Amino acid sequence: MNPISLLGELGRAILTMLAAFGRVALFALDAVSHIFRPPFYPREFGIALLNIGWLSLPVVGLTAIFTGGALALQIYAGGARFNAEAVVPQIVAIGMVRELGPVLVGLMIAARVTSSIAAEIATMKVTEQIDALVTLSTHPMKYLTAPRVLAALLTVPVLVAIGDIIGIAGGYTVATQNLGFNPAAYLKNTVNFLELRDIVSSLVKGAAFGVIAAIMGCYYGMSSGRGAQGVGRATKGSVEAAAVLILAANFVLTGVFFSL
Amino acid sequence: MIRMENVTKAFDDNHVLQGMNLEIPKGTSMVIIGGSGTGKSVALKCILGLIKPDSGMIYVDGKDAQKGDRDAFLARFGMLFQGAALFDSLPVWQNVAFRLLRGSLKRQADEAREIAIEKLRRVGLKSNVADRLPAELSGGMQKRVGLARAIAAEPEIIFFDEPTTGLDPIMSGVINDLIREIVTEMGATAMTITHDMSSVRAIADNVAMLHGGVIQWTGPVGQMDASGDPYVEQFISGSAEGPIEAVR
Ligand SMILES: Nc1ncnc2c1ncn2[C@@H]1O[C@H](COP(=O)(O)OP(=O)(O)OP(=O)(O)O)[C@@H](O)[C@H]1O
Ligand SMILES: [Mg+2]
Repeated sequence: MNPISLLGELGRAILTMLAAFGRVALFALDAVSHIFRPPFYPREFGIALLNIGWLSLPVVGLTAIFTGGALALQIYAGGARFNAEAVVPQIVAIGMVRELGPVLVGLMIAARVTSSIAAEIATMKVTEQIDALVTLSTHPMKYLTAPRVLAALLTVPVLVAIGDIIGIAGGYTVATQNLGFNPAAYLKNTVNFLELRDIVSSLVKGAAFGVIAAIMGCYYGMSSGRGAQGVGRATKGSVEAAAVLILAANFVLTGVFFSL
Repeated sequence: MIRMENVTKAFDDNHVLQGMNLEIPKGTSMVIIGGSGTGKSVALKCILGLIKPDSGMIYVDGKDAQKGDRDAFLARFGMLFQGAALFDSLPVWQNVAFRLLRGSLKRQADEAREIAIEKLRRVGLKSNVADRLPAELSGGMQKRVGLARAIAAEPEIIFFDEPTTGLDPIMSGVINDLIREIVTEMGATAMTITHDMSSVRAIADNVAMLHGGVIQWTGPVGQMDASGDPYVEQFISGSAEGPIEAVR
């Protein structure tokens, strides 16, 4: 392939990507605007709260507890190399709250919620249920997208907070049971070390990741192709996009919170 | 009255509608016939604005259907989709009463449920299906729930996409009578797609034959047998010989 056509290919790929970004951005703006404009669908919102928030608790809890436990073991072993085993409570706290809590909860939400939203909406699209909604004078963005995005915005920060606490509890359990830390001292070190900024960043990340997860699920579902293959592609694409965007947003938000 | 003028629609290089002209007077029943894949469902969706035509005009009561208040426009319509398109997360009665449970036509839940059960009865379904989920029903039952949903809010204009496919002959008769009744008693305007010639004769005031992206023939149902149009004749006789190719 000659260099010029290679450049052309590259340019085309970049343009396609920019166009996709533009479409997603417009969709996101539209979705958010419908949260504020009536009619509202409280029943759909309630179901979304249940699905995104409540039913995600087990997977969030399990993810957090194992991560917190492993983190304590790693820091203890790593810290021992330069006689710094004592920092386990502080590093577990900061690692969970600032980074692992929001990111792992975000990724779990992408796996669990984004995929199910995308598959559900794509199936509705493929079986003409979205068309049927429209003919029944119901706006799909209001009925399907707005309740899910709002529910994710409100519940994922709560899930992150719970994940942070459970993660720290996991570290605490391992540290006090296996590594010989004093329980009271561990708790005191954790509480004294954390700053308000750490906690706020954790919750803000949670809210951002929740919105990303819900919007990507809805976007891919709504733009699904036809047939079972279309549903499969939409689901796969939504999880990929949500996961990558969550990690990218995490990088940006970490920069905003801690390097300015 | 609904009027389509020179409506065209292509999906990539598949030119489905190529200048479709059709007029459906208010309060009459139009039946569209035509081979599988000729664009009958696409034509209905164009009128509803679910698919945007590439060119041409669609008027409902003299007004451009693509402009103006979408909500007010759609509130006048009922539509039975070819695949029923029931919401599978909602029980049957909430599907039927969907319009009556929200928006401008909102009623009390128990009143909406009563109406739903009455509409289910009219399509030959007993009240015990009301609380089941659509996935638990047979294909023909789902179709009839879709029909009940289309007529639940008593719309002025109703589109039926193959209302009797998948039904036994007795149930087909019930549905044909129901559609006829909706037109004559409630004064609704109906547009029905069907492949079933006995349904055509039972339902239609007028018949239109869609082929090759255009209306090949249209006229009162009484003139259908003596249309002299080779497409219509072949369609009625169901013969493989004629201008309509058997492989398309
Ligand atoms: N959303 C779409 N995207 C791409 N092609 C489509 C779409 N909808 C319909 N088509 C194509 O348009 C053509 C007409 O489809 P349509 O569903 O209107 O057929 P039909 O006349 O209703 O047939 P049948 O009697 O089998 O229901 C088909 O070739 C179909 O593949
Ligand atoms: Mg069809």
